[in-house]
Amino acid sequence: MATPLDSPITFTNVGKARWWQSGIFASQTGYVLLALILLFVVMNFASPYFLTQGNMQNVAKNFSFIAIATLGMTLVIITGGIDLSVGSMMCFSAIITSMVMTQISTPGMPGAAWFVHLAADGKTVVANVPGLILLVSILAGLGVALIVGLINGCCIAMLGLSPFVTTLGMLSIVRGLGYVVTNGRGSFPGGPDADYFYALTSGAVFGLPAPFIYLVVLAGAMAVVLHHTSFGRHVFALGGNEKAAALTGISVVRVKIEVYVICALAAGLQGIIISGWLGSAPANMATSYELNVIAAAVIGGANLAGGVGGPLGAIVGCVLLEVIRNGLVLAQVNSYWQQALVGVIIIAAVLVDRIRSRLI
Amino acid sequence: MTTALATGQPVLELKGIGKEFGAIRALHEVDIQIFPGEVVGLMGDNGAGKSTLVKIIAGNFPPTHGEIRFDGKPVHFTRPIDARAVGIEVVYQDLALADNLTAAANVFLGRELKRKFGPFALLDHKTMATRAQELFGELRSETRPHDLVKQMSGGQRQAVAIARTRLSNARLVMMDEPTAAISVRQVEQVLGLIHRLKEQGVAVMLISHRMPDVFAVCDRVVVMRRGEKRADKAIGDTSPEEVTSLITGAKEAA
Repeated sequence: MATPLDSPITFTNVGKARWWQSGIFASQTGYVLLALILLFVVMNFASPYFLTQGNMQNVAKNFSFIAIATLGMTLVIITGGIDLSVGSMMCFSAIITSMVMTQISTPGMPGAAWFVHLAADGKTVVANVPGLILLVSILAGLGVALIVGLINGCCIAMLGLSPFVTTLGMLSIVRGLGYVVTNGRGSFPGGPDADYFYALTSGAVFGLPAPFIYLVVLAGAMAVVLHHTSFGRHVFALGGNEKAAALTGISVVRVKIEVYVICALAAGLQGIIISGWLGSAPANMATSYELNVIAAAVIGGANLAGGVGGPLGAIVGCVLLEVIRNGLVLAQVNSYWQQALVGVIIIAAVLVDRIRSRLI
Repeated sequence: MTTALATGQPVLELKGIGKEFGAIRALHEVDIQIFPGEVVGLMGDNGAGKSTLVKIIAGNFPPTHGEIRFDGKPVHFTRPIDARAVGIEVVYQDLALADNLTAAANVFLGRELKRKFGPFALLDHKTMATRAQELFGELRSETRPHDLVKQMSGGQRQAVAIARTRLSNARLVMMDEPTAAISVRQVEQVLGLIHRLKEQGVAVMLISHRMPDVFAVCDRVVVMRRGEKRADKAIGDTSPEEVTSLITGAKEAA
């Protein structure tokens, strides 16, 4: 039986994608990055202060304040999910961290004897092991994030609840718990390790703000994990076709739980860093930040339908939002315009992507 | 094309398979044998029990009665992974591919090749691409490992889905309506892919509604009706007209 398939293999009927039709050049991240570079050029001419070292440090610090959480959010969005609880999570982790730090640094409080003792003058509190208090309190903050992430992940992956509803509920639960444990007041990181805490969260190394350094390291790690490990491959597969992923034997439940845990941990870390910069963890901290985080992820090219996104996009989205805010301040435009403009940019970015995918 | 028929050991043997869902009798006393390198067409109208039979062989659920033997040994599947472990692969109608990944990534999805870098296991992109290219070559498919599945034709997608089964060295490949909803040229490609599998000694079970496709590639056709096997004939001993009348019930059995 002769079939046409006995002829030699050719690729004549399948065109090769040009370099500008594939990879970053064909992605939303690519031209949002282009728009960002243009914006830098325009801003440079518009304001002499824009490209000064001080302003750039400011920009770097400010966008780092949501970018770490945006990395986690991007991961969740790639699987086709969403996490609305990140704003509350930031606040709750920060509260727990500063409360634990204060608690175990106060002689006489339960458990505090393991960490501090009073100096000879009877007033000065001295740490038994310098840095241990800091470590324990940050682990406590991240620990609650881990638990919240596990609950989110289990509800979504094992019970099959919708990510939107589950995390909307968690947004309220976690914010409520924050008010309960603080009684609505702020809490302040205190004790002998507080200086380390401020150095680690709002300090700088060689002029680079500490949060920016964490961001770069985490983004690099995320890029490697997404593109060079089977976990990353499975995250993309889940967003592309969840049923297919399950049929090929990928443990869908496990991957889903993992991404929600990572997202909650990223948000928790982000909250702890913000509280270091603020010098306190007020109970209304980071209210509605989840919307900024989602906006940044979407502007950077993460597709809410799943299957598309990456750390570069998350950062580009955050930088764009911050540069616009910064630019409006420098241009002495009423800062209330920022919110309206961000909305326009979200829609424009997605719209341009739609037009592009129809053209090519 | 009656080469392997009745010679050697069947790769899959079903004996008296029955399945009941509550009071509904979906399958009754089905006996089928499939030999290595043989292509068997499974035909029947909607509700004839084809899907139930495929799901039993693929391990989605166990039969209520009867015995499944693979390579002469009795097997009991409770999950699809059990069936895959012995060498049964299913190419699903909707192909089960992730559109946003490349051809190579889809072929290796769930069984990625990795290389150790200290404590980390990173994907071995190069080996996976090379191996995928080899598999597409074996299938004589115009598919490149680095192309996104999103941008592929129906025939190329089939090639990716079939390459998956080659990767695991499957002994029996069941294809669920592989030629539905694709163009004429692509149908030819898919039938060619089935020939490639056959040449490599893989048994293929083709579930299809398309009479011309079944008569083009199959060695044997099994007709199901109302949960029972009504015919099991070498393709040379039957005709599309006879098969049609068996499917519709105009002819009771042959």
